[in-house]
Amino acid sequence: MNWNSPAEFFAMGGYALYVWGSFGVCALAFLAEPFLIRKRHIDIVRTLRRQVSAEKLEMEHK
Amino acid sequence: MSNRLINWFRFASPHTFYPLAGKMIPWFWTLAAVFGAAGLWLSFFVAPTDATQGEGYRIIFIHVPTSWMSMFIYMVMAGWAAMGLSLNARLSSMMAQALAPTGALMAFLSLWTGAFWGKPMWGTWWVWDARLTSELILFFLYLGFMSLQASIDDPRRADKAGAIVALVGVINVPIIYFSVKWWNTLHQGASVSINKSPSMAATMLWGMLLMALCLWMYSIAIALTRVRAIILEREAHTEWVKHLKEVSP
Repeated sequence: MNWNSPAEFFAMGGYALYVWGSFGVCALAFLAEPFLIRKRHIDIVRTLRRQVSAEKLEMEHK
Repeated sequence: MSNRLINWFRFASPHTFYPLAGKMIPWFWTLAAVFGAAGLWLSFFVAPTDATQGEGYRIIFIHVPTSWMSMFIYMVMAGWAAMGLSLNARLSSMMAQALAPTGALMAFLSLWTGAFWGKPMWGTWWVWDARLTSELILFFLYLGFMSLQASIDDPRRADKAGAIVALVGVINVPIIYFSVKWWNTLHQGASVSINKSPSMAATMLWGMLLMALCLWMYSIAIALTRVRAIILEREAHTEWVKHLKEVSP
């Protein structure tokens, strides 16, 4: 084990800014990307649903 | 014994691939989580402190995998684009389109983590070194591919134009890879041939490989998720999309 305390772990031997600046931004990116794609999927499904129900209404009123 | 052949071409249609991709995604997320947990544990708790760079070298465990993925995704993307161009297959072009943003993200993260490594070790966030510059060009190639596709309204024409850009850009990938050999650069040589004490090289190598596997599985999961959204967007006019359970319950 490399670390004697959590504080030592977070300090990264004085390189905290660089190590956590790298890993932190990557973690954020890998959390944001699935979230954005999920939203894209939900948006297109919503549009399609609206389209389908509009078509149904049109059929009923003919 | 039945020796039935699976008809792989069946999955070349968006209609059949859409549900298949949906079933595969959770498996790739699971693998990404397992490899990621193991890789992070090795990177932070098993791999020893570096003799010259202290704890700062631990950036390698995210920098090298993102850099590898940025190049690898480009090759795969260009391969799908070429297949879409030559076989006129819609799904192949959609796969290329689904990979591009993730590849661009990997290239960006490679540059970002590189800057955060370069600052403490070289004393600068950025230099116009051959490897850094060629990686920056890779990032711009991704952005060029994406913006070109976005600027053409007809999706099939966009696919073709994008494929040509992707294929021309392939020349940049070996340039990035061999840049540290061809030019006398500030960037260090290939990481996987580091010659230190054997035990150290082994845990470091495993950490990097596991992190790379994690990003690989992540990229597959992401690309499949994105291609499903792209399929719905581009096949919106078709009957099968209108009859999907999630569309008309």
